[in-house]
Amino acid sequence: MSFVDLEDIRVSYDGKNNILKDLNLSIEEGQLVSLLGPSGCGKTTTLRVIAGLIEPNDGAFKVEGANLTKVPVHKRNFGMVFQSYALFPHLTIKENVGFGLKLRKEPKDIIHKKVMEMLEVTGLADFADRYPKQLSGGQRQRVALARALVIEPKLLLLDEPLSNLDAKLRINMRLEIKKIQQRLGITSVFVTHDQEECFSISDKVAVMNQGVIEQFDSPEVIYNYPKTEFVARFIGFENFFDLTLVDDQTYAAPDGSLFKTKRAWESTKKVGTIRPEDITLLEEQSEQTVNTLPGEVKVRTFLGKSYQYEVETPLGKILVQDGHSTAYAAGDKVSLYIPEEKLILV
Amino acid sequence: MRKQRGLSIFVLLVFIFLCLPLIIVTVTAFGENPSIQFPIEGFTFDWFKKVFEISSFIDSFFLSLQISFLATILALAVGVPAAYALARYRTPKTAWLKSFFLSPTVIPGVVVGYALFQFIVVQLNLPIYQGLLLGHFLISLPYVIRVVGSSLEQLDFSIEEVAWTLGCTKVKAFIRVVLPNITSGIFASFMLAFINSFNNIPVSQFLSGPGVSTLPTTLMNYIEYNYDPTVSALSVLLMLGTIVLMYLIEKTLGLASVA
Repeated sequence: MSFVDLEDIRVSYDGKNNILKDLNLSIEEGQLVSLLGPSGCGKTTTLRVIAGLIEPNDGAFKVEGANLTKVPVHKRNFGMVFQSYALFPHLTIKENVGFGLKLRKEPKDIIHKKVMEMLEVTGLADFADRYPKQLSGGQRQRVALARALVIEPKLLLLDEPLSNLDAKLRINMRLEIKKIQQRLGITSVFVTHDQEECFSISDKVAVMNQGVIEQFDSPEVIYNYPKTEFVARFIGFENFFDLTLVDDQTYAAPDGSLFKTKRAWESTKKVGTIRPEDITLLEEQSEQTVNTLPGEVKVRTFLGKSYQYEVETPLGKILVQDGHSTAYAAGDKVSLYIPEEKLILV
Repeated sequence: MRKQRGLSIFVLLVFIFLCLPLIIVTVTAFGENPSIQFPIEGFTFDWFKKVFEISSFIDSFFLSLQISFLATILALAVGVPAAYALARYRTPKTAWLKSFFLSPTVIPGVVVGYALFQFIVVQLNLPIYQGLLLGHFLISLPYVIRVVGSSLEQLDFSIEEVAWTLGCTKVKAFIRVVLPNITSGIFASFMLAFINSFNNIPVSQFLSGPGVSTLPTTLMNYIEYNYDPTVSALSVLLMLGTIVLMYLIEKTLGLASVA
């Protein structure tokens, strides 16, 4: 039993197509867990099941072992931050933040104290008496966060909270969210489609696809060691080719070239993949050794800090990013070195 | 910007065409001659005095006021929740329902009036007052659903969901978060539905009965037998009332948000 448990959750709107299929997820106390995936993968649905805005067709949702599946939203005491911020336009910032406390019938002076404290923490003390439309996007975001946190929720739920902000502000805000989350030690679930944002903020990441969690690990493990082809593609692996096991740790490609790798989740997996930036381009070599491929440069694109090459090889087109000063031109014969420790089997 | 002379003249002509009849009616209300004429001879306020001396005008005015007010309140009580449901749960079916609710504004008034007459008076055999009220409620409902609906469509319903997560029940969230943000729509739909109901003739004509007659129908009946400027004077008073109402709407919301 973890702090939060989702057990065999199934959600279907029409009874035929499942939005979520037998989804299981366990979250430890105090952690920030991200749900990462493309749009339509079910990450927001998962968050809404946790919030209580959607009741699952099957399965159980538990916090500290207590089954909350049937408990209505307003009794769960979870703080939620929406993509659109969802501030109450007719209330001032102070009233927005104090909304939840007022419902809890706390004494006025306590409400005032807690609200002002929270506005202080989020750097909004000067804006207490303004209305939401008088604030910038980043400030509104912080109001939404303050409003969710002031009720001292058991869980903090964030639904793509940064996607309406510009790039620079987004980076500041995610740092700020992380800081506040760690200071308060509040267990949080963060939904996003942006892998960089997700990796920088999360203790653990659940990569979702078509209603199932494909991989649930720390950001480092997911980045370096994706479990499935979908996860690999989603986080930037580009080159995929079939491999067959020849002997212990040695695999053969369809054209006969041999590869060694130490990085297989299961020996049955037979697709090799590598990031374009992990391949090294070499001068053409007379003799082909293990983990190298002959090829011919087809297209060269300048990316700023490196070049991207599209290389035609016996295994098909391979994308390579190479920052070395020697630039190869289209038509050059080259050799690709695929390091053993960077070649992943999925 | 270059002036479009031709267009300006055209707009002016349309404007005159729209306003001239109203101006003529206004002028005729002050004529001394006991039958309506234009231009007028002499100048008098007598016809305005006469409006208040004819008891059927006064009675039907208050009846109209009462029917329109009650009908609009009823339409709000039914229409606001309906508009909320239509905006909140959007499916192909609700789009169809929405068109259905707006249909009384598309069907010719006479048809609506006759259909209601057949149903309310002939089939249900309701007392005249209640029947009239029901009819006016039905013609007011589309305005409420349309106007409140459009202000609900601009509402971000996640504010309602946030309210739930902060501890509001669904009813509480509706009252504390949704209602305060659609008050302008509710007010505007009230004005529109009220004015429309107050001016309605086809439905009232079919549903009126002895002793229960709205102001516009009384006015129509009066013109059939009397062609004196009292009707003009009454029309001027009604125009004034409408102008005041419109001014209030403009001041509080702007007419653009109503249309």
